Amino acid sequence: MTTPVAHRPLTAGRRLHIGDTAFRISLFAAGAVVIVVLLSILTIMFVGGKQAFDTFGLGFISGTEWNPVTQIYGALPAITGTLLTAVLALLIAWPIGFGIAFFLTETCPERLRGPLGVAVELLAAVPSIVYGMWGFFVLAPFMAEYVQPWLTATFLWIPPIPDTFYWFTAPPIGVGLITASLVLAIMILPFIAATTRDVLQSTPQLLKDGAYAMGATRWEALTGVVIPAVRGSLFGAVFLGLGRALGETMAVVFVIGNAIRMPDSLMAPSATIASVVANSFPEAEPGTLDLAVLLALGFILFVVSFGVLAIARVLLRQERMS
Amino acid sequence: MSVMTQKASDTTGAAAPVVRETARQTRGAPLGAPAVTPTAPIAATIRISVQDINAFYGEKQALFGVNLEVPDNAITAFIGASGCGKSTLLRCLNRMNDTIPGARVEGRILMDGADINAADIDPVQVRTRIGMVFQKPNPFPISIYENIAFGARTHKLAATKAELDDIVERSLRRAALWDEVKDRLGKPGLGLSGGQQQRLVIARALAVSPAVILMDEPCSALDPIATAHIEALLEDLRKHTCIVIVTHSMAQAARVSQITAFFHMGELIESGPTDQIFTMPKVDQTQNYITGRFG
Repeated sequence: MTTPVAHRPLTAGRRLHIGDTAFRISLFAAGAVVIVVLLSILTIMFVGGKQAFDTFGLGFISGTEWNPVTQIYGALPAITGTLLTAVLALLIAWPIGFGIAFFLTETCPERLRGPLGVAVELLAAVPSIVYGMWGFFVLAPFMAEYVQPWLTATFLWIPPIPDTFYWFTAPPIGVGLITASLVLAIMILPFIAATTRDVLQSTPQLLKDGAYAMGATRWEALTGVVIPAVRGSLFGAVFLGLGRALGETMAVVFVIGNAIRMPDSLMAPSATIASVVANSFPEAEPGTLDLAVLLALGFILFVVSFGVLAIARVLLRQERMS
Repeated sequence: MSVMTQKASDTTGAAAPVVRETARQTRGAPLGAPAVTPTAPIAATIRISVQDINAFYGEKQALFGVNLEVPDNAITAFIGASGCGKSTLLRCLNRMNDTIPGARVEGRILMDGADINAADIDPVQVRTRIGMVFQKPNPFPISIYENIAFGARTHKLAATKAELDDIVERSLRRAALWDEVKDRLGKPGLGLSGGQQQRLVIARALAVSPAVILMDEPCSALDPIATAHIEALLEDLRKHTCIVIVTHSMAQAARVSQITAFFHMGELIESGPTDQIFTMPKVDQTQNYITGRFG
């Protein structure tokens, strides 16, 4: 015989779950910190830089002259330098990063996979100041001695835009746009490679098996099935790299030449938003237009980087949802 | 069938285990057996001959000395509990195990007399002749049309767009999917229902005209109606192809197959005509498994 169990009936009234509520509030606070910090930075940048926007209007963004003596400030040279170096770096790093990722996930011998993966990650761990010094002492002289004369000779056939842009025709002084792009490319390479590898690894094995079972080779499975499956995420990986390249400062300061004027070739000394700010900040007195201009530059960089990262997020998420 | 098993003992010789080779003629008088009514005759030709196969994943041995003859124009069902090696053998048949690191296969698998594991045989070519359908539908993330055209493009089977259109339509018709998708060939294959996706995948396999189609539990992710569609399709397909199906459903094995092979712990315990395996198995283990007294 089993003893009958007395079931307790449901009663009205809710118990207060103190611990649960406290936990929820503290989690919300943790999340809110991110938003508050982000918004306060954006606000400080904008308020501090407002004087620049008030003085020059939209001409601040389109102005090509940068002259602290006459107090005329136009941000276009820095914006151009930023976009040019970042895009060039991307063009160099993208194919190599994809190659590394494909090699690691598809054809790499098992024994090599671990060490190579670690090496790629170590590349990301090198401090940017080290890249800067290496770029200045090793890469720049090498570029001046060998690469730049070769580039000039090889690409002489590209028609120049007279008085504006001469592509690869410029004195081989080592530092400049292309050298900065190369250093940036090396710096963003591990990010592109690692993100692309993760994307490729997340491709369902079932999908690859399906392609192999159709008698597809590795190449055919990759191009016909895997890449269409993860196309958005692959672009997301690239945009993450772009976001980093836009904001990178120290390494660029070393190798870009720090000339705040419109670049007239891909080898010209130039400047990026970040390098201009880093170089000029120590001399900008509080309350002056000089400082406002730098903060306004920071605001522009923030908005551009934020936009690029937002695009990357959207692209990376698309695949996960489908 | 007795002709077939006789042939098996001829080719495999004394090495073949006794039980599998002494299948007596036991047709007729199935006691409460599932009604198996083959509408197309089983050809006497052996399409695939599995000879003394041992398979390993790293240190772990997954198959132990398996011998089996797979006839053409028939559906051969592999049954057995999970981990019994039936899927492993299936993946040996089109060298899909090559794609798994550490996987190793010993023994010979002959397809129409040629050893598919021979050094001068390209696995890519083997997989073109032997198609495969997986447990979960795996349409490629491209359009319905491109899914079917994938194999034809890969193996350059069509010289013109018209030929490719023709292959796509013919394959979809054979997979009994044409009428449902003909107005939306440009739409993504992933937009179809589960059952339609599985038929799409079958059509994709058919597009390269394989001699053999391997199916690894093709209905386990489908509802009963979609399953019925696939089973009807299988009966139709076997008129022109050799089909091997791995299934966990004994009812399905009884319904669709002409030959059944029972596996246990990596060994082929018994194989023979489906009605005989299900009514008068020779081995107690088979009897226990099909009556649910397994384990």
